[in-house]
Amino acid sequence: GAESQKPPPGKWWTPPFDPRFPNQNQTRNCYQNFLDYHRCQKTMKRRGKSAQPCEYYFRVYHSLCPISWVQRWNDQIKEGTFAGKI
Amino acid sequence: TLMIVFLISSLVLYIISLMLTTELTHTSTMDAQEVETVWTILPAVILILIALPSLRILYMMDEITTPTLTLKTMGHQWYWSYEYTDYESLCFDSYMTPPLELDPGELRLLEVDNRVVLPTEMSIRMLISSEDVLHSWTVPSLGVKTDAIPGRLNQATLMTSRPGIYYGQCSEICGA
Repeated sequence: GAESQKPPPGKWWTPPFDPRFPNQNQTRNCYQNFLDYHRCQKTMKRRGKSAQPCEYYFRVYHSLCPISWVQRWNDQIKEGTFAGKI
Repeated sequence: TLMIVFLISSLVLYIISLMLTTELTHTSTMDAQEVETVWTILPAVILILIALPSLRILYMMDEITTPTLTLKTMGHQWYWSYEYTDYESLCFDSYMTPPLELDPGELRLLEVDNRVVLPTEMSIRMLISSEDVLHSWTVPSLGVKTDAIPGRLNQATLMTSRPGIYYGQCSEICGA
């Protein structure tokens, strides 16, 4: 879906500790926030509300996920071959 | 080293032969409660004094701190790429400087063309992965070594207490 290229301005440091993913393997942390961002966008758009609250998920996945992964997933979303449920 | 082996084994054999060929026998020692108590309690105390700080350090290793910066590194054959994406997207590749291109005084096999720059005295979250095969990212002087596995994002925490240049070498066989 549509994704801002530059993160929005404002006070942001880095993703805080997420107790759902307390261990060394942060793969799911990155992937889950990516999914949550797109799901949030889709839901907000469907309800006609502003997608501003979704920016948190964007910032988290933007900080955590390797750029190549994000690019690959975005391409898959465009082609309709993305495996996750959005 | 072989000399040391011969030295120690001849010493041990000599002592054994001494033990086996003596005329002296002391057959009436039945108890030695005092010395036995002392050399049981004292080592136990010493071990406890070693164990307590050791356990403290072990648990400190798993402390959860909120980092101030996230740095991603992706292993490639044969260079690392770094991504700083907390704010905007800053990415660059970091190749080892070939020995022939080193300036005088630079360290062989350790210098790189683009160094990672990090703030000191701040907890930094490292996220390490790979774009092709297994690699391993390490900076021994900072106590970090984490495998770079394709498809997996491994987290490590880093904190430098002093400014300086810290070196590391890939620590997983990653050649073709």
